[in-house]
This record gives sequence, C-alpha cells and structure tokens, in this order.
Amino acid sequence: MKRCCGKSFLASILLVAAVVASLRQPAASQDWLRSTADVGRPGGQLAFAERAEPKTLNPVTAVDRPSRDAIRCMSGDLIHINRYTRKTEPALAKSWTISPDGKRFTLQLRRGIRFSDGAPFDADDVVFSFKVYLDEKVHSPQRDLLLVSGQPMTVEKLDAYSVRFTFAAPYSVAERVFDSLAMLPRHLLEKDYAEGKINQAWNLNVTPDKIAGLGAFRLKQFVPGERLVLERNPNYWKIDAKGQKLPYLEDLVFLFVSSQDAEVMRFLAGDTQIISGLSAENFAVLSKDPRSSNYKLEDAGPGLEYNFLVFNLNDDTEGRLPQLARRQKWFNDRHFRQAVSAAIDRSAIVRLVYRGRGAALASQVTPGNKLWINSALPVPQYSIANARQLLQSAGFSWNKDGNLLDKEGQPVEFTILVSSSNAQRTQMATLIQDDLKHLGMKSQVVALEFRAATDRVVQSHDYDTALLGIAGGDVDPTTSMSVLLSGGQTHFWHLGEKKPATLWEDEIDQLMQKQLVAMNYQQRKKLYDRVQEIIAEELPVICLASPHILVGAKQDLGNFRPGIIENYVLWNADEFFWRIPAGNR
Amino acid sequence: MRITGRLPVALGCLAGIHLLVIFAGFVSPYSFDAQERFHSFAPPTRVHFFDSNGKFHLRPFVYAVASGDENSNEYREDRSVTYPISFFTAGEEYSLFGVWPCQRHLFGVNAPARIYLLGADGFGRDQLSRLLYGGRVSLFGGFLAAALSVLLGLGVGAMAGFYGGRADDLMMRIADVFIVVPWFYLLLAIRAVLPLHIQPEAAFLLVVATIGVVGWARPARLVRGVALSQRERNFVLAARGFGASNFYLLRRHILPSAWGVALTQMAVLIPQFILAEVILSFLGLGIGEPVPSWGNMLAYAQQYHILVSYWWMLIPGLAPVPVFLAYHGLADYLHARLQSVS
Repeated sequence: MKRCCGKSFLASILLVAAVVASLRQPAASQDWLRSTADVGRPGGQLAFAERAEPKTLNPVTAVDRPSRDAIRCMSGDLIHINRYTRKTEPALAKSWTISPDGKRFTLQLRRGIRFSDGAPFDADDVVFSFKVYLDEKVHSPQRDLLLVSGQPMTVEKLDAYSVRFTFAAPYSVAERVFDSLAMLPRHLLEKDYAEGKINQAWNLNVTPDKIAGLGAFRLKQFVPGERLVLERNPNYWKIDAKGQKLPYLEDLVFLFVSSQDAEVMRFLAGDTQIISGLSAENFAVLSKDPRSSNYKLEDAGPGLEYNFLVFNLNDDTEGRLPQLARRQKWFNDRHFRQAVSAAIDRSAIVRLVYRGRGAALASQVTPGNKLWINSALPVPQYSIANARQLLQSAGFSWNKDGNLLDKEGQPVEFTILVSSSNAQRTQMATLIQDDLKHLGMKSQVVALEFRAATDRVVQSHDYDTALLGIAGGDVDPTTSMSVLLSGGQTHFWHLGEKKPATLWEDEIDQLMQKQLVAMNYQQRKKLYDRVQEIIAEELPVICLASPHILVGAKQDLGNFRPGIIENYVLWNADEFFWRIPAGNR
Repeated sequence: MRITGRLPVALGCLAGIHLLVIFAGFVSPYSFDAQERFHSFAPPTRVHFFDSNGKFHLRPFVYAVASGDENSNEYREDRSVTYPISFFTAGEEYSLFGVWPCQRHLFGVNAPARIYLLGADGFGRDQLSRLLYGGRVSLFGGFLAAALSVLLGLGVGAMAGFYGGRADDLMMRIADVFIVVPWFYLLLAIRAVLPLHIQPEAAFLLVVATIGVVGWARPARLVRGVALSQRERNFVLAARGFGASNFYLLRRHILPSAWGVALTQMAVLIPQFILAEVILSFLGLGIGEPVPSWGNMLAYAQQYHILVSYWWMLIPGLAPVPVFLAYHGLADYLHARLQSVS
C-alpha cells in the first residue's frame, strides 16, 4: 500500500513536471521556425531607450522610428531580411517559388500559427493585409514598394496555407519587399477597414486585448511620456536548437529619453541594457568609463546612412523666391557644384565629426553596402586649386578682397540649412562653411528645429542648400528609388518633377526602372554602378560621409549580434537571453 | 560707506572687462573663426619657463602639440623645439573698432606651435579668442538691450505718471500685457517668420531689440511711480503756476528726478539681459556660428562627451560671473545713493 502511494506520488510529480515543461515546449502540429542562434535560458527583461515616443502602434501608418521599432517586435513578416547576413530567409512563409518569367511568387505559409491573442493565422490574413497596404485610400507608406511599373501587385489565396503574388513585370527584389511588412489580424481589423477607420486603429490608447500580432512580443502597457512595455508572446512561432520556445525574455521595455546624452547616462546607470546609434564621441567616452567592464561596445562598421549637401534645384514657377532664382543660376551649373564638392574636406569631416569612425563618400552608396557600391568611383580629392579652376572655367571671378563673384559681378552668398537637433550635421555644416571660405564663397549656417528645417526642404522649398542625412532602408538599390527617380517622393533636389528636368535625370530614371526588372545580380549591379557614376559626376547632392554603426550592450546579453540595417540591435530580440539570471546579476 | 568703498572695484572691474572685449582683436592671439583641424579639443597650452634640460628661460615658451593617432584627442608636447611667446607680435589681420585694419597682437607664438591659454574647441579654434570676441556680443547685447528698455520705460513711465487719467490707465495696461508676454516664444515665432538670409549683425540687433522692447514695462512702472509723486510736489505746482508747459515740466522736473531710478534699473537689467542673450544663444536662437557669444560657446557643453571630457569648454559659463558681481555692486551703490538723497 505504502509502495503504491509512493509510486502514484512519483507519477504525479512527473506529470506536473511534464505539464510545466510542455508550457515551454512547442506543440508538434505546428510548423516551427528553428533558430540557429545560441541556446539560452528563459527569463528577465531588457530595456532600450528611444529618443521619442512612438506615434502609433499601427503597422499600416507608422513612419517614425520609435513606432517602427516597437511594431517590428510585435509583428511578423512573410519573408525576412537577416540583419546580420543581409540575406532573405523564411519567416511566416516557410518556402516560396518564383515562376520562370519572374512575375509570380507562390508562398507556402507555416501551419498552426496563432496570433498573440490565440486566433489562428492563415492565407485570409495575408490577403487582407495586402488589400490594406495596397488600398490607395489608406495612404500606407509601404504602398510604393508594392508597385511595379506603376501597377500594384495582385494577391490571391490558393488554399488556406498558400498565397500567390503576381507582379505586372518581373520584379528583381520581390523577396525583399516582404521584409517588415507586418501581417495584420483580419479578425481584429476587418471592421475598422470596412468602416474606413483603419488609420485610426491601434493608436496609443489601444488596450492590450484589442491588439494582436505575430511578433515575439505583445503589448503589455503604455505609460505616456515614460515607457512602453511589451511582454513575451506565448504563441510565437520560433524555437531554438533545443526546441525551447522563443523569445527567452519575459519583457521588452522601451524608455523614452530626450537626447542621446540622456540615453548614454541611462545606459551607464543600468536603466537600459542595450544602446544603439552612438556617436563616435560618446562611444569613446563609454569605452573609457571605469564601468566599461560591465558592457561590450561594438563598432559594426560603416552603416547605410549617408549625409549630403543638397542644392535647391526646385522650380519656383510662381516667382515666390526671387533670391533663390539668382542663386539657382549658380546651382544649376555643374561646374559650380563640382567646385563645391572639391572644396569640401571630407577627411576632416570623418576625423572631427566621427573621430575616424566613419567613411568619406563618393556617391549615395556607402562602403557598408558591399554588395552594391561602385568601388571604381574614387572619393573626390580635397583640392582648393581644382575648385578654383572649375569656378574660373564657369565664368566666376574674384575681387581684390578674394570674394567670389558670378558672371554678373554679384557676390556668391548662400545659406546652408541644417536641423539643430543633429549636433553632428551642425558640425559638418560649420566645417563646410569654413572650407567654402577658401573659395571666397560666403555661406551661412542656419540651424532650425527639425520640423521647421524639413518643412522648408519638402514643402516651401525656401532654402538654398541643406545638409541632410538618409538612414535606414535596405541595402538593395530599390529602396533608394524614391530619392533617385525624378518623380520620387523624396527626390529632394527637385521635388514634384512632372518629367525629368535634365538628361541625366532621365538616364537615372531609365536605369532604375531597368534594374527593377533585371533578374540577375550582375546586370543590376552594372546598371546601378552607372547611376552612382551619374550622381558622382552631376552632384545634385554632394555626398559627404557615413558614420559607423556604434552599439553597446551589457556583457552578459546572449545572442547580441548588431547589424547595419535598422533596427541595428533589436532585430533579433527574440533570441536575446541573459547568461546570468536576473537575480544573480 | 561699505557700499561706497566697493564702487571703484566694481567700476574698475567693468572697465577692465569691457576694454578687453573692445580690444578683443588685439588681446586675442587668433581670430574667432580660425580653425586648426588637427588641434580639435586641444587642452590649455602649458606655458613653460624651464625646458626639457632643466634650463631656465626668462622669456616663457610653449611646445608644439600633436596627437599620436589622428583621430584621438590626446595630445603630447614635442619637446625638441621651444617656441618662445612673443609680445606685440604680428599675426592674423583684424580690424580695430571695425575700421582700421591691424595685425599687432598682444602675444603669440610662431607656427607650427599654437597657444591656447584656455584650450581649443572641437574645430581647433582658440577658446580665449572666442571668449573675448563672444564677450562683445554678450556684454554689448545686454547693455544695448537694457539701454533700450530703460529709455522706453523712462518715456512711457514719465508720460503715464505725469498725465495720469486715461493715458496712464492705457499705458499701464499695455505694460501689463508686455510683462505677461512669454518672450521666449515670441522670439521663437519671430525667428520662424524671418527669412533665412539674416546676417549675424542683423541677428544680433534682432535679439537686442526683442529683449529690449519686451523688457520696458518694469522700468516704466518704477518711473511712473516717481512721476506720480513728483508732479504733486510744490516746486512742480509752482512752476505750473508760473505758466510752465507740460514739456518743460517733464524735461526740467520729472525726468531728472527719475534719472536715479533709471540708472539703478539699468545696472540691474544689464546682467539680466546678458543672461537672456546667453540663454537665447545657448538654445540656438541668438547669433549663429561661426560668430561666438558666451551662450553659443556654452551650448557645446550640452553634449555629454564634452561635459565629461573637456573641462575648458565650460569656461564660457564662468565668464559672466565677475561681470554680474560688478554690475550688482554698482546697482547696490546707486540704490544706496538714491535712498540717501531722497
């Protein structure tokens, strides 16, 4: 009798243990994605500082970085770009096939996957998601990427777990466009969409029970002005090499801080455990700090961000800006732009602004983009003599005080607009101002608050030259289409062109369209090399320098593998784990 | 008595600082915008009397500095060559009082050595030179703005107090409005509507005008009080009885009696307005790069890495202290004097 009791006691212990274990063990009927990262241990939380609050949690409308960062952790995409290898890999789609003509993509979805609220995910959700993204009335920022030759892609459900995408023309990067396109839960958003209110859905007042996604984490709490807390999604579809369910972390916290300096101080104080987008100066300060044995700092090399000086070549058809018209006579002259480029000491920018942790640029493609950079293009030599020669050949002259005069004898003076919130770009502007002084050009740096500065560039076009930077995006040339195409949304130097204003813009348009449909890499590379050549030659934007991606994390954070595509550090948050349990740290 | 004793110190201090700033071109070894890009954040240069062999030199000298790694801000002296400091030496050209071109500097060293008594900023610009040139903007900005607001206050206050009645009511209500105007936002708004092409001189005048125009209300109230009490005095009534005109009474009796209040106000307002300029420039709303002011120089210290690594970048924050002490000493003296007279 006694022995029997002992046996059943043992059995019940085993049963309880088995049940507890099964909570962490995946069910067999699901198509799990197996991670190849180091196997970790569950538990703990990770805090990351954002420089602003997210504006929304709605993947359809989000454009700002804090929103996108949070949404990326809460949502899943069909095909994902690995930030470390920069290659595509299966995500919610476990496999895909491409038709021989390159126009049709058939995706096989994983089976048995559930949203974070427990509702099943299938082809209907995929079709619904693309219907929303492609709807013109929704004005989703993702829509542009889903058009080929101006035609939207079509999406059809083949069965519950397979979907077919058809493009109007062969689309060379089709796999990559699926990255970061969040799959939406039809059961939660269909009503909002039908009522035309999808843009208002999932704002920051949303309660955790009204929002669901396929990401590693789900919404737990939002405290305005303070933090956003995400918790582990128990229905996440990835497992580690040992079969444990991911993610390991219980909570992921986004703290809102006002500046990078505040971010550094919070990191040093231990309030955050991971930090991204460090300036070279702060990187140096952190590496010298006595507490530096607690964390590891990493220089992930040149990123994709490029900073450039853009000339305002916009049409002033209404004659609102008579001053600008006078200056555009110089700006429209290629020799003038080349002279400015030759007079800028890019190596000084890299040295003084980035403390050597950056790269001087010849075109808009940075050395970080090894796959696509035209390495035959040299970084322009700093040469005042060359610059003077170019100006002379374009009919400029100097008066006895050394001031530069144009053909009509007018002094050459213009402003350099820069956003005051970016200390590094303001520094660059001061260096450029000093460089141009050697040519007898008088330039003034005008630092305006970020929004006021962008309004002038994008809306009113009331500026002469501006120092801007473009960060993020993918390595693929297609992501720079909106800057390069003459009709592009961010074709900064000449917005809203009906047709290409110059022959070389026309050539860029054609090359970019060709590379979009060319199916092999060599062909596309050749086309994109030529685009870079044109930009370096014509210089509508003078590309200056690109900073390295500088990041840091606490020493015992496992699977910390920063990439050069956004989000640099949190892209694999589902694989993060603490080597030492929180209690012992 | 104690206060009177402080007057020469305060006046001497103010005169000294203002002279330094007026002759900034002469006193400073370099121009405010001369960059030496290989001396980014070079620390204050050490002035030596003994060379590396222990030999004493009567004429102080410096060593050239260089950083081993071109991206690092750690500088080492090259002790192989000494560079004596020469006085009344020729250097970069500047203009005295904005008119006469001049090349003579109080002190300097021969290239390639450079002398940074207060260190260099991120672009390798001499902090001492920038501090002196920046003082021009900050000190004279404060002075001009205070003069403007005291003049306005004197005019409006005297009229309001003297005429009384509706005119008084109207002017004092306007003064109330000016007191409650959030001038910081006003300046933000003004800067936003102005064209981008605004020369540093124009930006300077704009800052002065805004601070001055917004600040007239307080002195106006004080002057009004004086005018109110003066106009009932017997000598004023007598003069009126003899047929003196309003203008005569204002000029001869009311304004002279308000003069003491106005001067005291001026001594109180100048430091306040210097601070206002410093704050505006600190926030990027004042005068822009490369022209220095104490505020925009201090703005660099907002950055964490500068705050913890380069202490000499904080000196512009200390510069106003002696100026404020001297002005407050002056205000105390004027106040005491005013009270003893009345």
